[in-house]
Amino acid sequence: MRPGLHEEWGEIDLTERIEAFLSDLKRGGSGTGPLRGSAEMARETTALLRRIAAQARWSNAGDLMEIIRTEGRRMTAAQPSETTVGNMIRRVLKIIREEYARSRGSSEETDQQESLHKLLTSGGLSEENFRQHFAALKANVIEAINELLTELEGTTDNIKMQALEHIHSNEVIMTIGRSRTVEAFLKDAARKRKFHVIVAECAPFCQGHKMATSLSEAGIETTVITDAAIFAVMSRVNKVIIGTQTVLANGGLRAVNGTHTLALAAKHHSTPLIVCAPMFKLSPQFPNEEDTFHKFVSPHEVLPFTEGEILSKVNVHCPVFDYVPPELITLFISNIGGHAPSYIYRLMSELYHPEDHEL
Amino acid sequence: KEEKQRLRKEKKQQKKNKEKNDEKTSHEEQPAGSASQPPAQPSPKAVPVPASEAPAPADKPAKSKADLKAERRARQEAERASKGKKGDVGQPAPTGKLKAPPSELQPVVKRLPEHVQVDNPEVVKKLAKKLERQQIPLRSDYGYKVSLFSHLHQYSRKAPLTQQLGIPSTVIHPAIVRLGLQYSQGIVAGSNARSVALLHAFQQVIRDYTTPPNEELSRDLVNKLKPYISFLNQCRPLSASMGNAIKYIKKEISNIPSQCKEEEAKIKLLNCIERYINEKIVLAAKAIAKYSIEKISDGDVILFPPNCSFNVTISTSISSSLVNHILCEAFEKKRKFRVIVVDSRPRLEGREALRRLVQKGISCTYVLISAVSYILPEVSKVFLGAHALLANGYVMSRVGTSQIALVAKAFNVPVLVCCETYKFCERVQTDSFVSNELDDPDDLIVTRKGKTQLEHWQKVPSLGLLNLVYDVTPPDFVDLVITDLGMIPCTSVPVVLRVKNVDQ
Repeated sequence: MRPGLHEEWGEIDLTERIEAFLSDLKRGGSGTGPLRGSAEMARETTALLRRIAAQARWSNAGDLMEIIRTEGRRMTAAQPSETTVGNMIRRVLKIIREEYARSRGSSEETDQQESLHKLLTSGGLSEENFRQHFAALKANVIEAINELLTELEGTTDNIKMQALEHIHSNEVIMTIGRSRTVEAFLKDAARKRKFHVIVAECAPFCQGHKMATSLSEAGIETTVITDAAIFAVMSRVNKVIIGTQTVLANGGLRAVNGTHTLALAAKHHSTPLIVCAPMFKLSPQFPNEEDTFHKFVSPHEVLPFTEGEILSKVNVHCPVFDYVPPELITLFISNIGGHAPSYIYRLMSELYHPEDHEL
Repeated sequence: KEEKQRLRKEKKQQKKNKEKNDEKTSHEEQPAGSASQPPAQPSPKAVPVPASEAPAPADKPAKSKADLKAERRARQEAERASKGKKGDVGQPAPTGKLKAPPSELQPVVKRLPEHVQVDNPEVVKKLAKKLERQQIPLRSDYGYKVSLFSHLHQYSRKAPLTQQLGIPSTVIHPAIVRLGLQYSQGIVAGSNARSVALLHAFQQVIRDYTTPPNEELSRDLVNKLKPYISFLNQCRPLSASMGNAIKYIKKEISNIPSQCKEEEAKIKLLNCIERYINEKIVLAAKAIAKYSIEKISDGDVILFPPNCSFNVTISTSISSSLVNHILCEAFEKKRKFRVIVVDSRPRLEGREALRRLVQKGISCTYVLISAVSYILPEVSKVFLGAHALLANGYVMSRVGTSQIALVAKAFNVPVLVCCETYKFCERVQTDSFVSNELDDPDDLIVTRKGKTQLEHWQKVPSLGLLNLVYDVTPPDFVDLVITDLGMIPCTSVPVVLRVKNVDQ
């Protein structure tokens, strides 16, 4: 029996919901599973965490954090490639810390950063165990999570509003695969400006096709090209705008496969590469964790079973993600504005507490 | 004709300048009188002039232009003298004019004008008229063309040209009709395969050819071949290697002396073609394999995008594509290496190459081109095939080649291109737009999980599909080109071309 979660009518409901969420995660991450985008995933996770905060039994902040951490570990284990889940958990943990600190009366900024002065003078602060009980903490935490949910709902709109600052008329823009953020971004700009979009189809899943049909229905001149033609057409492209699955802690990307080639081609032609990524995609992971970085799916997407005997004699790889180093990226557009890749580490320290990086 | 007019104008201008110069120098040169005769006049009595003219203007260093002109005139007179009693009075004049500028341009590689201009309605009309004269149907473009490529043709595979031909076609030899169909449906694909098929078809044409009365074989056969070439061009635009092969055949035909009997001439031509195939394709492949095997060492992991090397599907003695051939040879020499085959949509030519390699027993890995940056850290060498090598050092090859070269450069992996010399071409190009081929756009449509996203792309006005066939790789991505003449850097292509031109 886990501490704090025991059999009461409200809590059976909660356990059921958590289990349902976990099985959803296991079945597939966003894109290949029951087709949810990252935004939906983030919202569901946050809603679930709010429910846990509301219905689970906890008496002090430390208990709540422990519960959330345990559930969080289970969720990230169910689908390691879905980093949005982990990011939301870390955000909520940070919220709890902040609310606790506010209730205690100490200012929030000082216990954020580990300055040398702090290490010297107040060594005991880092041993804070969050065991004090505050009556208003529950309400505050739930209110803060509600704010987070509103923020999440507004991310796409915030990114969309910046579209006109970056796209001028008669431009040729290139993108790869399908990203709901980029789709909204381009559609918003198309209301006022006329431009041309080239979509790389991104085999083997060919999600670029869906993106192209959706964009052309909004009246944007779209062209679909194969992945092999990316370098060939790049000389005529003015900007490359892509979405990503995750933004890593060093400013690099974990994006759909083929993005690294696209980024290299853009660098060769000195074309700016703009990444539209909302803040909940920012993850404290670094790219050198080899075994967790790549995700592979069934090779029958690449070499179908109809090919017969050669299947048993050949190695076939079908990686889903690509690593794009931060040197190839020009700009990140997120719901709080535009940043250079070198600023990402700072944003991360504002969003997550360093102790939560390892759940 | 336009060229002739242009050259005539040039000659007139030069003559004017020369006359001005000659007036100044005339008091020095006795034979200058005959030299200043305008070359437009056919004068068989110009024979005694040449020898005396050459040393005359040599003492005036400032008049170097006059030197050149006088020398040129001397050469012209000599040529005219040798042609002298040939009979056609009208001939020496234009040939004299025509011969002068090319000899001036001899050291420089000639510029080839761009002939595909679909966006220029006059050119399209001219082409249509020419085809009508030759009784070949005009193939119509299909589907919405991306605006960047509006100057190129875009055909559909479902509407082959042969549907518009009557049966039996009186103008076009059936072997050529079959070949055209094979090209347009993609049954014969790949630079080597297409050239070999073309040469075999021409052999058949020559075998079946009989000289009509009152005609010379050398001229009539060339004229017979012209509509065939237009037809094949309509079925699928000619490749650089095919262009070179056609040039060679035309030259051989026109070099047949007129007193040669028909049977002898035919046998001679057939042997020429056989020799060309043997030397330029078969033996070249062996030579390239020999050089490349030196570059493959034990423990190598080789990346091989077979969408640039070609399978021959008609029955000839060549049974494998160039890089396929190299890898099989290397495997037979007991080198231990691993091959990674990179494939791309929509042609997916890699599967066939994969099958051949696996049959030989080479251990292979297979990925799609979007996974190249995942797989490249394990690769030690990249082998590419080429469709043509351009005179400015760029490599024209299947679409996707330049991308692989780019990523390989980013990971510091050496890139080797294997290409026979008959594919070298005088054209220059810096991007993949001005001269390319657009394949059937319907090939991009794919059905996944029962849903076909792009099925009705024609109905959506702002949606276009682009299916490029070729792209150009800049020479800084390529480390070495392996040809039958040896291993050369990419920038030495114009040197090879010049040597070839001088030979011919």
